[in-house]
Amino acid sequence: MATETVEHAASACVGPSGSAIGMPQLCADWIPNQIFWLLVTLAVIFFVLSRVALPRIASVLAERSGTITNDIAAAEDLKLKAQAAEAAYEKALADARTEAAKIVAEAKAEIQTELDAELAKADKVISEKTAESEVAIAEIRDGAVKSVTDVAKDTAGEIVAAFGGKADAKTVTAAVTARMKG
Amino acid sequence: MLQTKRMINVATDVQSEGGLAFHPLDQFIVKPLFGDGPVGMFTVTNATLWMAIAILTIIAVFVLGSKGRAIVPTRVQSVAELMYSFVYKMVEDVTGKDGVKYFPYIMTLFVFILFANYLALLPMSFSTTSHIGVTAILGFGVFFAITALGFILHGASFLGLFWMKDAPLFLRPIIAVIEVISYFVRPVSHSIRLAGNILAGHAVLKVFATFAAVTLVSPLSVLGVVAIYGLEVIVAGIQAYVFTILTCVYLKDALHPAH
Repeated sequence: MATETVEHAASACVGPSGSAIGMPQLCADWIPNQIFWLLVTLAVIFFVLSRVALPRIASVLAERSGTITNDIAAAEDLKLKAQAAEAAYEKALADARTEAAKIVAEAKAEIQTELDAELAKADKVISEKTAESEVAIAEIRDGAVKSVTDVAKDTAGEIVAAFGGKADAKTVTAAVTARMKG
Repeated sequence: MLQTKRMINVATDVQSEGGLAFHPLDQFIVKPLFGDGPVGMFTVTNATLWMAIAILTIIAVFVLGSKGRAIVPTRVQSVAELMYSFVYKMVEDVTGKDGVKYFPYIMTLFVFILFANYLALLPMSFSTTSHIGVTAILGFGVFFAITALGFILHGASFLGLFWMKDAPLFLRPIIAVIEVISYFVRPVSHSIRLAGNILAGHAVLKVFATFAAVTLVSPLSVLGVVAIYGLEVIVAGIQAYVFTILTCVYLKDALHPAH
C-alpha cells in the first residue's frame, strides 16, 4: 500500500486505492495536458481535411454531378435521335405504302388496258369468224335450196315421164319454181 | 500494469467492504501512457492515445477511403462523402453562401467530436470529449473566434446583434442586457452540454455494469447496459451534430449580426 501511495502522490486527483478523488474532469493537473494534445489533434485534423480530404471529396462530388449531368444530356440527345429515327422510319413506311399502292394501281390499269385490248381483239376475231360462218351457212343454204330445186325438177320431170307425159324442161322448171315459192 | 494493479485494488475493495465498489468516474482518469510519472503538459497520456486514434480513424475514412476518387463510391468513400455533404449542407443552410469558406473549420470540429464520441463507446477506451478541459477549449475557441470574426467583419456595428431594432424603445436596453448575458453563456453551455452528455452516459453505463456482479440483478443490469449503450450511440451522434449546428448558428450571427 505504501508504494501505491507514493505512486499516486504525483497526482492530487487519484486516491491511494487508484480511484478518482472527486470528478476527474475538474482535476486541474490534467487540463493543460489535454488542452495541448487537443490543439495538436485539431491542427492535424484540420491540416489533413483542408489539404487532402475535403478538396478531394469536393472534386469527386463535382465530377460525379458533372458526369451525371453529361449522362443525362447524352441520354436526352439519344432519345431525340431515337425519336427522329422513329419518325423517319414511320415516314419511310408511309412512303413505301403509298408507293406500293401506286404500283398496284398502275399494274391494275396496265392489266386492264391489256385485257381490254385483248378482249376487243378477241371480239373482233369472233365477229369476223361469225360473219364468215354466216356467209358459209348462207352459201350452204343457197346450195341446198338449189339442190332441192334441181332434185325437185328432176323428180318432177321423172314423175311426169313416168305418168307417160312428156314434159319439157321449161314448163317443169316454171312449175317447180312456182311451187317452191308457194 | 497500472490497470492490473487498479483492478486488484478494486477487487480488494470489494472484499474488504463486503459490498459493491462503485467507481464510475475512474474511467475518466488521465494516466501517462509510459511510466507512472506526473501528468505534465506534454506527457503522452491515454487522452493523447485516443485523440491519436481519432486522427488515424479520420485519416482512414477521409483520406484512404476517398483514395480511389471513384465516381461510383466504395462503402468507406460514400461514408466520407455523406459526412462531407451533411456538414456542407448544414453550413450552407444555416450561415448562407458566405459562410461556406469556414466549412473546413466546422468540418474539423464535427469530425473530431463525432469520432471521439464514437471511439469513446469502445470498451476500455478513454472518452476525450467527456472532459470539460477539452470541450471548454472547443466551446470557448468557437466563441472567441466567432466574436473576433464578427468585429473584424462588421466593426462596432457587430454590437447591433444585442440591440433589437424591432423592439419598443424602452425595452431595448433590457433586451440588450439579456442578449449580452445569453451571448456570454453560449460557450459555457456549448462546452458543458457536450462534456455532460458524454460523462453522464458513460458513468451510468459503468454503474449498470457494476450491478452485473450481483447475481440477482445481473440480467436486468446487462439489459440496462445494452439499453443505455444504444442510447449512448444516439447521443454520441446527436451531440456532435448539436455542437456543429450551434457553431453554425453562432457563425451566422457573426456574419449577419442584424436581426
